[in-house]
Amino acid sequence: MTEIKATGVTANGALKLTAKDFKSDQEVRWCPGCGDYAILAAVQGFLPELGIPREKIVFISGIGCSSRFPYYLSTYGMHSIHGRAPAIATGLASSRPDLSVWVITGDGDALSIGGNHLIHALRRNVNLKILLFNNRIYGLTKGQYSPTSEPGKITKSTPMGSLDEPFRPLSLALGAEAGFVARTIDSDRQHLTSVLRAAAQHQGTALVEIYQNCNIFNDGAFEVLKDPATRDAALLRLEHGQPYRLTPDGEEIVHDVTDPDPTRAFALSRLTEPTPIGVLRAVARPAYDRQLNAQLDQAVAERGEGDLSALLSGSDTWMVR
Amino acid sequence: MTSRVEETGSTFDESHDPESEPANGGKRVRRLDRVVIRFAGDSGDGMQLTGDRFTSETAGFGNDLSTLPNFPAEIRAPAGTLPGVSSFQLHFADHDILTPGDAPDVLVAMNPAALKANLADLPRGAEIIVNTDEFTKRALAKVGWQADPLDDGTLAEYRVHPVALTTLTVEALKETSLSRKDAERAKNMFALGLLSWMYHRPTEGTETFLRAKFAKKPEIAEANVLAFRTGWNYGETTESFAVSYEVAPAARAFAPGRYRNISGNLALAYGLIAASRQSGLPLFLGSYPITPASDILHELSKHKNFGVRTFQAEDEIAGIGAALGAAFGGALGVTTTSGPGVALKSETIGLAVSLELPLLVVDIQRGGPSTGLPTKTEQADLLQAMFGRNGEAPVPIVAPASPGECFTMALEAARIALAYRTPVFLLSDGYLANGSEPWRVPEVSELPDLRVEFATEPNAPDGSGGFWPYLRDPQTLARPWAVPGTPGLEHRIGGIEKQDGTGNISYDPANHDHMVRTRQAKVDGVSVPDLAVDDPGGDAGLLVLGWGSTFGPIAAGVRRARAAGGRVAQAHLRYLNPFPANLGELLRRYDRVLVPEMNLGQLAMLLRARYLVDARSFTQVSGMPFKAAQLAAVISEALDD
Ligand SMILES: Cc1ncc(C[n+]2csc(CCOP(=O)(O)OP(=O)(O)O)c2C)c(N)n1
Ligand code: SF4
Ligand SMILES: [Mg+2]
Repeated sequence: MTEIKATGVTANGALKLTAKDFKSDQEVRWCPGCGDYAILAAVQGFLPELGIPREKIVFISGIGCSSRFPYYLSTYGMHSIHGRAPAIATGLASSRPDLSVWVITGDGDALSIGGNHLIHALRRNVNLKILLFNNRIYGLTKGQYSPTSEPGKITKSTPMGSLDEPFRPLSLALGAEAGFVARTIDSDRQHLTSVLRAAAQHQGTALVEIYQNCNIFNDGAFEVLKDPATRDAALLRLEHGQPYRLTPDGEEIVHDVTDPDPTRAFALSRLTEPTPIGVLRAVARPAYDRQLNAQLDQAVAERGEGDLSALLSGSDTWMVR
Repeated sequence: MTSRVEETGSTFDESHDPESEPANGGKRVRRLDRVVIRFAGDSGDGMQLTGDRFTSETAGFGNDLSTLPNFPAEIRAPAGTLPGVSSFQLHFADHDILTPGDAPDVLVAMNPAALKANLADLPRGAEIIVNTDEFTKRALAKVGWQADPLDDGTLAEYRVHPVALTTLTVEALKETSLSRKDAERAKNMFALGLLSWMYHRPTEGTETFLRAKFAKKPEIAEANVLAFRTGWNYGETTESFAVSYEVAPAARAFAPGRYRNISGNLALAYGLIAASRQSGLPLFLGSYPITPASDILHELSKHKNFGVRTFQAEDEIAGIGAALGAAFGGALGVTTTSGPGVALKSETIGLAVSLELPLLVVDIQRGGPSTGLPTKTEQADLLQAMFGRNGEAPVPIVAPASPGECFTMALEAARIALAYRTPVFLLSDGYLANGSEPWRVPEVSELPDLRVEFATEPNAPDGSGGFWPYLRDPQTLARPWAVPGTPGLEHRIGGIEKQDGTGNISYDPANHDHMVRTRQAKVDGVSVPDLAVDDPGGDAGLLVLGWGSTFGPIAAGVRRARAAGGRVAQAHLRYLNPFPANLGELLRRYDRVLVPEMNLGQLAMLLRARYLVDARSFTQVSGMPFKAAQLAAVISEALDD
């Protein structure tokens, strides 16, 4: 747990929590078979590992099926408005560095209406862990195409096929100077947990893209990556320190998540066949909230605690008797 | 002069005490009870600084004063053009005054554009000090003057003092190491020195100020001090200035105490810091730069040693979002903006209404719609603040009436937000933000106690040992504020309708109806002081009712009307939602109600709807504050009706 301490979060060795302790009393209301269930179970299973008491953990979400997530956890939580969770979480994390703050968002929430907040959170590097549930569709509004839908997508709003080029969320994140970028899959509990662990240990903003199946409006979007018959060929499992190739006969590269140059991570983020999963980049950079709070301490050290009376008077006063 | 009656509308010569006496150096000193000076020049001429300095000297001297900066939205509009003219008007007096003055007694014009842009505002007999060096053929042509107005009779009705300001400044600085161009830039300090001599202003403050401002460039500092002193000496020695003026301190106008000069935005920033101190909550400002609100962000950014966190967000939505997130965490969350920013923040304000968390939304109004007039004043966001959200989303609204009141009303906004767990609007405007006045510095011990209690214990009435985030205080209807980090009170809140009490998601029709009415009742029940009415004779038939920055001009207009025998009452609203409890009764007490506003009648509409009174609007949306004379005329018309 020592790494956790390094993220500015107090670890309590005596704490013995289980997945059950992170379940709220609210009935979970996703469609049966939705990938969100698996993610919820994985997160509830992982949180005890953090060693952080429940009251110090906050989940903030936007709007979407995925954004109902905080209601099902027994931590502090806020279900906010569409796209704005990174901004709200930024205010909370900056003023409360003692908390572990997580953002839950969908592909529409994070990349369409909230695109601006996402890229700025990433470049700013506030201590947030952002879990982006990418089902490549708008679930809650019943199945319109999203900014990650493949071109030509036939949906209710695009009966003749969608026309726009999708975002590659991880490429976008790297372009926005993200320090931590990873991808995982809803159904692979073990892999998902390992990525959550790495994200939690990262100091600063971490973006985790989770491929999530929406069995109602975009069923099977990630089937090739899940089907035992195809997945081994379709996936590139990245491990720090292990070799990989971008093309079958390309040069062998040893994966280094700490490489300060984002070029290789970017190349990986563009790759679709095979599709990389795992941590693409984990480069430490001073976190915004820490630096902001350090400036406050520095101001007090240099000028002393603010004196309200002196402030109000200023330097130019006169007396009326 | 009948000194209690401000701005009787007479011109400079008539309105002032003609008593004069010989003084040193054969120059005569004349005593005046009030003066309005306008400094005007190119945006790059440093007129705002010159005005600020003259204001500081005047404040320190003890006059009552009021200021009106007026500048273009462009940072540097083309030099020498009419759109590029920047001006600063200052009214100071030996008695209490309410406005920056309707018309200048003295105009300092640094170039032909400044003269042309301001000439129409000058009453006959006004003094004009012009920088003749800038009156070249080219400069004149730029503003469409074929002939030189300095000698073609255009200025025959005025008392003109031609001064070669640029030449004299460059000449004075020729021994310094400054280039000619840098030396020329000190001409505003020459002008300031000259005016300081004319009005017997103290000079030490400006010299200290210049040395501090240019501490890293001592040559520039000394050159500016030299230009300033040369201007002063020039007044003393030149024959073209035969008279100087004295305006005695206005001690009688002020309650005893320590005073300083303060602008609305500075007072507002200080009010926020004071609210943070008095509540014991760290201040968190989330903001995106926008005129005329940015100075609050700038000011608060300087005070990190007060535990103030300022966050320049990527846009207004993120600014308020971050402030709301900080409020969830137990901070005093504030966002500052102007009308266009409020439009972007609306959805988040609605979320704050639903979350029932304290949040301050400061709107420094400017001319609209859209980008409108960024540097001009207007009060047309009242209905936006009142209604500009989806659903029934009531938000308390307060509005300061003067620059100094921005301090008090910031504390009031915080009081309401914290006690009732609600977002609160504070509506200021460009006129209050940039205008300044003497302000009695309050003792910290006079400030209100704003301490709040966070929830620390489970409260579930069902004995389950759980926490109900929407279990209300029966008095205020406020819900408990349980901040993350508090063990045992973990809870989830959101913008979806929730069951009262438990806070669990609820789509139950009866519960929604109950919640909508409860949120409204909470805001309706906010305690605000009764409205005081100023009706000296107690027999007025006409009530003039305003809100926000129009207080000064309305009060000045009322004084004039009363001086002319009119029986008129005045009241001014600082609380617009909820209205003071006695407002309805008060409105019905008068035969007629006149509501002057810098919009198309937004308050009047609310009053008519709420109280069924025939409130009559007088409106102006020119980007400039009302003038006392204008309102006096409207009031006497209403009295004659
Ligand atoms: C301001 C605003 N605009 C639109 C909506 C409607 N809306 C709710 S969720 C959503 C898209 C959700 O898609 P995504 O973020 O991918 O989440 P998912 O449901 O797929 O998990 C939209 C358009 C809204 N709630 N608020
Ligand atoms: S619509 Fe899709 S994403 Fe939403 S709950 Fe149902 S299956 Fe899940
Ligand atoms: Mg989606």
